[in-house]
Amino acid sequence: MNEQEIRGMVADVKEGTLSRRSFMQRMAAVGIAAPLATQILIWNDVAMADATLQYKPTKAGGGGPLKILLWQAPTLLNPHFASGTKDQIASRIFYEPLAGWDKEGNLIPCLAAEVPTKANGGLSADGLSVTWKLKPGVKWHDGKPLTADDVVFTWEYAKDPATAAYTTGSYSNIKVEKVDDLTVKVIFQQPTPFWADPFVGVSGQILPKHRFGDYVGAKSREAPDNLKPIGTGPYKFVDFKPGDVLTGERFADYHIKNQPHFDTIECKGGGDAVSAARAVLQTGEYDYAWNLQVEDEVLKRMETGGRGKISAVPSGDIEFIILNTTDPWTEVDGERSSIKTKHPTLSDPKVREAINLLIDRDSVQKFIYGRGGIATASFVNEPKQFKSTKLKYEFNIDKANKILDDAGWKKGSDGIREKDGKKLKYVYQTSINAPRQKTQAIIKQACQRAGIDLELKSVTASVFFSSDVANPDTYTKLYVDIEMYTTTQPQPDPERFLNQFVSWEIATKENKWLGRNVSRYSDPAADEAYKAAQKELDPVKRAAYLIKVNEIFCEANVILPLLSRTRVAAALNNISHDHSGWDVDTWNIAAWYRS
Amino acid sequence: MATYLIRRLLIAIPSLLGISVILFTILALAPGDPFSEMATNPNVPPEVREAIRASFGLNDPIMVRYLRWLSNMAQGDWGFSFASRINVDKLILQRLPTTLFVVGSSQILALCVALPVGIYAATRPYSVFDQIANTLAFVGFSLPTFFTGLLFILVFSVTLDWFPFVYRSDIAATGWRWYWEMFRQAIMPITVLGLFQAASYTRYVRSSVLDVIRLDYVTTARAKGLSERRVTLRHITRNALIPVVTLVALQMPAVFGGALVTEQIFRVPGIGSLLIDAILANDTPVIMAVTFVFSCLVVLFNLIADILYGWLDPRISFS
Repeated sequence: MNEQEIRGMVADVKEGTLSRRSFMQRMAAVGIAAPLATQILIWNDVAMADATLQYKPTKAGGGGPLKILLWQAPTLLNPHFASGTKDQIASRIFYEPLAGWDKEGNLIPCLAAEVPTKANGGLSADGLSVTWKLKPGVKWHDGKPLTADDVVFTWEYAKDPATAAYTTGSYSNIKVEKVDDLTVKVIFQQPTPFWADPFVGVSGQILPKHRFGDYVGAKSREAPDNLKPIGTGPYKFVDFKPGDVLTGERFADYHIKNQPHFDTIECKGGGDAVSAARAVLQTGEYDYAWNLQVEDEVLKRMETGGRGKISAVPSGDIEFIILNTTDPWTEVDGERSSIKTKHPTLSDPKVREAINLLIDRDSVQKFIYGRGGIATASFVNEPKQFKSTKLKYEFNIDKANKILDDAGWKKGSDGIREKDGKKLKYVYQTSINAPRQKTQAIIKQACQRAGIDLELKSVTASVFFSSDVANPDTYTKLYVDIEMYTTTQPQPDPERFLNQFVSWEIATKENKWLGRNVSRYSDPAADEAYKAAQKELDPVKRAAYLIKVNEIFCEANVILPLLSRTRVAAALNNISHDHSGWDVDTWNIAAWYRS
Repeated sequence: MATYLIRRLLIAIPSLLGISVILFTILALAPGDPFSEMATNPNVPPEVREAIRASFGLNDPIMVRYLRWLSNMAQGDWGFSFASRINVDKLILQRLPTTLFVVGSSQILALCVALPVGIYAATRPYSVFDQIANTLAFVGFSLPTFFTGLLFILVFSVTLDWFPFVYRSDIAATGWRWYWEMFRQAIMPITVLGLFQAASYTRYVRSSVLDVIRLDYVTTARAKGLSERRVTLRHITRNALIPVVTLVALQMPAVFGGALVTEQIFRVPGIGSLLIDAILANDTPVIMAVTFVFSCLVVLFNLIADILYGWLDPRISFS
């Protein structure tokens, strides 16, 4: 799809001849993720949609208790210290951002009166600033009003390196100014096409200045509100035991009329995913359980009880394989997989092409992940309607054999292909996780039939995903030929997500393997397209650049995407809930209700 | 007696120091990183991650970190949890009541089952009752708690729907209703733990009663014409229980340490599940504190067991 076509479709949406939803779907079909598609519409002054959940109750309260089971227990309630999703989910009950993301990737205003657009003067034409208008009449749980000062304070708090906030990245390079009591201006250092990052979604929760004012910087740990939040959210804090249980009660002055429906809320933590699913689907002890990374088979069996149901929503998480083009078995200047080396066999594009043909993505989806993932050939996905016109996957052992034959890789006496004495034998590494080990086995079998020998290796997740410089088994070291894991797109911004494909982010000994580009592959064309996207304000052109970065890596068969993961949750049949793959599960908790 | 106590307490200091050095070194050498979750998050720039590591003092050499920990500990500062950023002692105190209640009740249940069964079985060795008790005891301690726990959940929660299997520390009810809810949710974990413990106690009680029952003074007591009941309770049981008391005293640290597996299965928010969570999150200060407190308790209760022994058995003197 070219620029002209996208522009034509935007015009159709404006006139009303094309629905927003089908616009999103068509954009998704060419690999433009929903949030980006939304941005295209905002840029072109098409109004935002309403939240995806229809709210039926006609008065606030009266819904009794809402019981949520988070099998990984929340340990703290300051959203800017929240290292994991569990803490983000828990703190989102009490704190709110200016706007959140719904499951279709629409930006939904929360503490903001409206989403900034060019038409309402929120977005500057040069892309250097965004003006947010706050909703009037919003109160903190202690009765004080929310003002622009709180927003400015949140920026000052999070950007201070001594605060040690995990959200620093979103705030360190911007300036925030108060325009009047209900207006703030976010000023960027350079034209920023994706402006919906600070004060939005997971990292955007606004903190009350009057509670945190004395706890900026090194004293941040001492703030009593880290464990006893006073926010603007639909529920007021009652009690919290880290790692165990969190309780809240309805906030009578909540800023959305007739919300929330429930009188109290309880988040219980601990245990494991399977028994969490059981507590909802089989015994009905809890109303909702999140992040059920359980084999679909098991979930289906529990669902037959008829008490609850599973819902899966698309997200930006992608399970993928890296084929290492550097040599992991030769040490140069104290590091293996150095970019100064070349992999003896995987540097041959024909071998990589053949391996891509040996991955039976459909079977992996069907037999292992079920509703938990959708087979894909693209690294950036809008999972629900994914049908790439350009990137396609295929499982074809004969074709792989033919490619290898033509490239001169001949089968030896042991059935393994070789050329010039170099055999196609690889170590294939991933973290310990039952579905991953099954996927490894499926791919190993197919490779065997094409004369490629895979040695399977699995590493404990806590080691694999650590940044321990001394450990050779971390995923960023890539001391293996083939590696598989899931990477998250925590915010719906493909630009920052795609920095794992640029040359200056390559993980090396020099940057203590903290670089984001784990594959170590680079292409000047991808660098160029990425840089152009960073500056490009026109969302359509920008999307085209980012798609190009994605395609360069996937077409080089260095990155082999497997599945676009979905977020799976279980809820009782009578609970109407709204979870989103682009934000945390509780992003719209005010609108949940029991029918 | 006093000099013995002082000597034992002085010996305890170097052994606790040794334990703490070993624990700290093992934890420092273990792979893993408390900030691994940040590693896959593109929103956290590497500099931020490094800065946080540095501010938590993780980049210092092990020796420096150990000495800092030791001096803080000596001043009563247990450090703070990396995961929740609150003080470790507060975290432990929050979990202690639940663990004391659940594991404590299970120990009481175990004794209530083991003492009568063990004694009765020993007074009638190789009878039908003894055979059944022995068999059940074998089955009991051969079945691990994670198996019986899951079995109980499947039978009593999923199939029969009698008891909840998620333990809640914040029951909203008051009065009798609160006690009823508490009883309902605690019964499964307590039974699982209690029966497991009862199985091994039963065998101990039985064998120590069997040792005593053949001794001359028991025959003398019978010859005096005392009733069988009096002989069993006053003369046999009192003497037979000396080793059992030691055993129970040595089990006491476990009452504080919680039950790792059972707490995890039933989501009991006790010390055991705190330790597991901390280990999974590489939350070193919490792991260090919990394991160290646990080793202190083991040392302490060893001492108590020794003193109790002397008090129960006058033949042993400490001078």
